[in-house]
Amino acid sequence: MGYVIEGRTGPWEIVCGLEVHAQVISKSKLFSGAATAFGAAPNTQVSFVDAAFPGMLPVPNRECIAQAIRTGLGLNAQINLWSRFDRKNYFYADLPAGYQISQYQHPIVGRGEITIELADGRTRRIGITRLHLEQDAGKSLHDQHPTKSYIDLNRAGVALMEIVSEPDIRSPEEAGAYLTKLRQILRYLGTCDGNMEEGSLRADVNVSVRRPGEGYRTRCEVKNVNSIRFVMQAVEAEARRQVEVWESGGEVAQETRLFDPARGVTRPMRSKEHAHDYRYFPDPDLLPLELDAAWVEELRRTLPELPDAKAERFQREYGLSAYDARVLVAERATADFFEAVARGRDPKLAANWVMGDLFAALNRTGRTIETSPVSAEALGRLLDLIADETISGRIAKQVFEDMVETGADPAAIVDAKGLRQVKDTGAIEAAVAQVLAANADKVAEYKAGKEKLFGFFVGQVMKAMGGKGNPALVNEVLKRALG
Amino acid sequence: MSLDAATVRRIADLARIAVTDQEVARLQGELNGILAWIEQLNEVATEGVEPLTGAVRMRLRLREDMVTEGDQHEAILANAPDRADNAMGSFFAVPKVVE
Repeated sequence: MGYVIEGRTGPWEIVCGLEVHAQVISKSKLFSGAATAFGAAPNTQVSFVDAAFPGMLPVPNRECIAQAIRTGLGLNAQINLWSRFDRKNYFYADLPAGYQISQYQHPIVGRGEITIELADGRTRRIGITRLHLEQDAGKSLHDQHPTKSYIDLNRAGVALMEIVSEPDIRSPEEAGAYLTKLRQILRYLGTCDGNMEEGSLRADVNVSVRRPGEGYRTRCEVKNVNSIRFVMQAVEAEARRQVEVWESGGEVAQETRLFDPARGVTRPMRSKEHAHDYRYFPDPDLLPLELDAAWVEELRRTLPELPDAKAERFQREYGLSAYDARVLVAERATADFFEAVARGRDPKLAANWVMGDLFAALNRTGRTIETSPVSAEALGRLLDLIADETISGRIAKQVFEDMVETGADPAAIVDAKGLRQVKDTGAIEAAVAQVLAANADKVAEYKAGKEKLFGFFVGQVMKAMGGKGNPALVNEVLKRALG
Repeated sequence: MSLDAATVRRIADLARIAVTDQEVARLQGELNGILAWIEQLNEVATEGVEPLTGAVRMRLRLREDMVTEGDQHEAILANAPDRADNAMGSFFAVPKVVE
């Protein structure tokens, strides 16, 4: 039995599907040569096509088409060699043409699927219904003037991919895992930067509830949820609201709602009388989009290694656990960093250092893997110093903290601070003799059979040597001395 | 197929065109005339004929991904009925629209 909501009258199951709008990474817009860069002065990245001046004709951007194909391939989806652009007609102040060029009946990408990972280690497949290309709208600013809205068309005409999932999602956690995985795949492919704060990735959440075993009931759409955490909260809040409606004898009405993160509830959007009468028809300015199978194959051949394949390879090639592999491939930059450290070294040690000390240092300093104070090469050289027994693992942690702070080379730190491991048996023997002499009572207990005291002696000897004693030699000399 | 007055009003509303009652009656007659004219196409036998997707035998041409236009906000805003300029730059200004 999966996730259920326990109502007053029995258990309810959640049925959820996501529609995700992902802004395509490209230099110029879907149908014009205006730039797409974020944050430019208003209306400075607008062509006459974007502003819908009379007589201007759209010409599709080859790279935007390629990005949609790459994304389709990354979602294990069918690529439709014949697709078509349609006009979706509605009036809004940030839509100059009075229609959005979209793909309705014939999307460029058909059915696919992605595998999501859940906290308990289970995986599930979530179906992709379709992916289509469309234009983004402009941006309205409502807070600049008491009676006017200001319109910036810089975003108008930027390419979006709308990615629609099947209603396969059954819990808030699965909704979060789906969006996390989709975002990860898009970022690996380099087709969308996945920045939810800047609005490059936006989700509409479709939710209904039902009794286990039942068919579908009426769904509601929660629009424009802009973080993975809010998606999970919105699914839960909307499902609970619907359970309450059904259980109190009411009927859920199909409607569009908004999620209010501050109050953790959904509320209806002011309904437009004629919503959803878009009167789609094929755009007469554009011919059908016909793709060469050879081009699609070329794009398939040049796809980067995706997270699932990389995690599988990390387990196979480096002997990492499934969990470690998954953590390391979450971001492509992290996976690359790990591989640079692991290459030619002990991969498990490299994984532990990246996931342990490095992640902790990044958290503490508010840096990301891209801006890490310690480079992969420097961390690699530190591991080399452990491997050739120049320093012990314990001293290495101290050297690492120094590297985080100063950015200095590990070997230089070891030399400057005199942290080189002592492998001189004479020095170790002297320290051992001193410790045993100072702890005659414990030596007697040890010899009487209290063998766990051995660890205590090791600690004392290390302390006496400032942590620099070679651990294996210390053990060996101690064993001999305690005979 | 025949349009009733309510459908004519709905079409006008979707097109953001205000129509009076007299105009509705006139438009209903005109639109029904156009529909009847178009419906003559139903008499043509189209069994087994591929739908026409364009009037020309060409493939859709694609553009390379290059920035070729921009920094022309004065030209873009030239015909705006109303505009606003502030520290951020220049905007179209429209009657307030909030969801």
